[in-house]
Amino acid sequence: MGRRGFLNYFLGGGVLALMAGIVYPIVRFIIPPEQPEAATSQVVAAKVGELTPNSGKIFRFGKDPAILVMTASGEYRAFTAICTHLDCTVQYRSDMEQIWCACHNGHYDLYGNNVSGPPPAPLTQYTVAVRGDQIVVSKA
Amino acid sequence: MSDSSRRSNLVAWFDQRLGWSTIKEVAMHKRVPMHKHSIWYYLGGMTLFCFLVQIITGIFLLLYYRPTAEGAFESVEFIMTEVPFGWLMRSLHSWSANLMIFFAFVHLFSVFFMKAYRKPRELTWISGAFLLILSLGFGFSGYLLPWNQLAYFATKVGTDILGQIPVIGHWLLVVARGGDNVTGATLTRFFGVHVAILPMITTFFLLAHLALVQKQGMSIPIGDEYKNCRQMPFFPNFALRDLVGWTLALGTLVLLASIFPWELGEKADALASAPAGIRPEWFFCFMFQTLKYIPGKVWFINGELLGILGFGIGGLALILVPFLDRKAAHEQRNTIMTAIGWVVILYIIVFTVLAYMD
Amino acid sequence: MRAKRFDIARLGVLTAALALLVVLWPGSAGVSYASSCIDCHSAFDDPEISGPAKKFHDDVHFQKGLSCVDCHGGNASKGYDEGDPDLAHDRKAGFVGAPKTADIPKFCARCHSDIEYMKKYNPKLRVDQYLEYRSSVHGKRLESGDTKVATCVSCHGVHDIMPVKDTRAPVYKTNVAKTCSGCHSNAKYMEPYHIPTNQFDLYSASVHGEKLLKEGDLAAPTCNNCHGNHGATPPGLMSVSNSCGECHANNLEYFNESPHKEAFADLGVGECDACHGHHDVNKTNDTMLGVGDEAICVTCHDQGDPGYQTAAAMATEFDTLKAMLGEARTLLNKAERGGVNVSLGKFDLHTADDALVKARTAVHYFDTSKFNPIIVSGVSATENVMDLGNKAMWDLKLRQIGLGFTLPLVLLVALALYLKIRQIERRKPIP
Repeated sequence: MGRRGFLNYFLGGGVLALMAGIVYPIVRFIIPPEQPEAATSQVVAAKVGELTPNSGKIFRFGKDPAILVMTASGEYRAFTAICTHLDCTVQYRSDMEQIWCACHNGHYDLYGNNVSGPPPAPLTQYTVAVRGDQIVVSKA
Repeated sequence: MSDSSRRSNLVAWFDQRLGWSTIKEVAMHKRVPMHKHSIWYYLGGMTLFCFLVQIITGIFLLLYYRPTAEGAFESVEFIMTEVPFGWLMRSLHSWSANLMIFFAFVHLFSVFFMKAYRKPRELTWISGAFLLILSLGFGFSGYLLPWNQLAYFATKVGTDILGQIPVIGHWLLVVARGGDNVTGATLTRFFGVHVAILPMITTFFLLAHLALVQKQGMSIPIGDEYKNCRQMPFFPNFALRDLVGWTLALGTLVLLASIFPWELGEKADALASAPAGIRPEWFFCFMFQTLKYIPGKVWFINGELLGILGFGIGGLALILVPFLDRKAAHEQRNTIMTAIGWVVILYIIVFTVLAYMD
Repeated sequence: MRAKRFDIARLGVLTAALALLVVLWPGSAGVSYASSCIDCHSAFDDPEISGPAKKFHDDVHFQKGLSCVDCHGGNASKGYDEGDPDLAHDRKAGFVGAPKTADIPKFCARCHSDIEYMKKYNPKLRVDQYLEYRSSVHGKRLESGDTKVATCVSCHGVHDIMPVKDTRAPVYKTNVAKTCSGCHSNAKYMEPYHIPTNQFDLYSASVHGEKLLKEGDLAAPTCNNCHGNHGATPPGLMSVSNSCGECHANNLEYFNESPHKEAFADLGVGECDACHGHHDVNKTNDTMLGVGDEAICVTCHDQGDPGYQTAAAMATEFDTLKAMLGEARTLLNKAERGGVNVSLGKFDLHTADDALVKARTAVHYFDTSKFNPIIVSGVSATENVMDLGNKAMWDLKLRQIGLGFTLPLVLLVALALYLKIRQIERRKPIP
């Protein structure tokens, strides 16, 4: 194999490697990622049956916590879980049937209204929809 | 049967059905003149390369992009952060867009100074001028698609200027925006323009442009010293050199996309006030800056209108360059035209810089 | 035709006249403001006489259908037309005139302490204001003959009294402090009492004052939240903290479990206000904790005593968490700017932030065994975030590594092409 042959292999090999370097990202790109959609305007908060009446669950909505509540009468409601006082994460209190913030004893009713303690404003309410066995929460 | 004879059998099979050996004949005859200004011959191909990158990356972006006000920004964010190599695809697309327009301008000016627009290549020039305008259209429509603050307000300002055109201005504005204001309707409309309408028109003009170049061969500058210069075969010599350029361009794009990824910005908010220092993309800046300097009213004419009229006339002059340069048609040097060319370059550079200093 | 038009015109005039009559007929169009009291008093130039008549239209008592005679007695239908005030100011008709200052509370209480009467207008209203007032400093001083003190009208106004809910009322939440300071900030007026007159200034500059007066946060306290309304008294050292604890419940609860409770009681210092002040409660900041220059702990604790050590320990723990949180946040932002999705990390950051907020309250345990667990949970949450952040930065690094691989490859191919060109042209030079 002379110089000519070597150069051909060199060029061919280089071009092939470059093609691989182009095709690999393209193939990875086309295969959909695990989470097929951006979860910033809509999120699956829970599955049907996960919550019992008079209970709540904290779930992630984008980068912020949110709370899904099933009232004693079986209705689903969802709110932001960021307390309007100093941004602590609220929780559901089944003994009070209220949403409560542990940091400074702030209380919210099940419509999100700030009813007691330091929170100056209500919790923003989100829209809940049940699709099949998924409970989907979206920002109104 | 050996590999090569099997290959030539295959070639012969297609040739009997497609007749492509004639194409090969023509292609092998293509020559590129070698002289001190030959380096500029690469630029058309560079522009084409960037355009091809745009098509490929653009098509891939289409797999994830959503052209609605509610989903556009989030989908681009998704591409940038969740899709494997999505950041690369998007940044390549943004960088190559700018590089394409840059090369288009340099290609235009090199052709201008080499007077390649003279007879018989007037149509090549005209189709090229339209291609430049189309690529500016690509740039303007594509800029809005991420639906971020900068793009939203740049589009608002840009289409406002459209509305200044007399008689048909308001109608143009409404048609461009899909309504009176920049809304999700504008986004969808710009998307349709960007991925369907402009590609369709560009394909037509591009094929015409390339076909003309192949038909008429490469032009040489005016002057006796160029008349008998050496001719390099396009295949394989110039083509391989072209390939070197394209490979380096690819490397540059990948470098730029990796080291300077394109910013996402903030989602467009119609109710927020326009961010400070708003300006269009760099290739519109010189026009934008010129408009800023024109006084509000010149005599009784609205200043902005005067500016638009001026640019309209400029655009027209650009298209009609072959017919304005009478001397070139007779193979004569035209120092006035050349000087005008330098003035225009200087004007564009200076005003672009001024826009960025503002 | 002419006749018909004339008939229509006649009909029109008649209808208009009738309408006017109905509208202007005294007392026939709902609650009538017109009475001889109003008519006569309005006619005077002297604002002391005409003022009440002009203002009374806005008064809540008028809105409820009461008139001048319902409080002052007298005869509302006589006096103005005759030009004789005595006909209106008729003692036989129950006229009492303007009550003397010392009698004002009793005057208002005639109705406002009458359960059966008040029930008819607003069953929700309390009827013990007079009782409360009598127990207050103002009430006691009034009974001993001091007419400088506040009575009902000093705070509620008179003749233009608005419900407390009305933002125009002097006793609306955001107006209370200004109303109190009308007397309490007047140094000359308050001279005989030898109490400070800077409370309003201190309060306005305090965190509560800023929240209420500048930001309009109605959850913030004003004078009456701690001092009471009608039973206004200074709360007293021990009960100040009970006042604070109404809102700052956790702080009070932890304090009551802490060593400071007994210690402060022994020293005879107030519980909350020893460190935080009362009128001048300032926005807390983290430098208050510890043994530094701006720390409060060192006001009492000297180096060497156990309290000093606890303060130093708590401050160190707290600052460590705070610093870690800052680092984690910076790391996430850096990764995000680079283009990596860090929403999971930011979500976890909330837990760490919560720990910091809770820690600031837990300081009031003044006990590291109760304080530290909160810090520990915060630190572990922050460490999670740091892990996520580092992973994100590694993703970014991978990109650069990828570039380090691709770029040389590109240059290699360009070089190979160049060599190929040279090879071809050496064998077959261009003519």
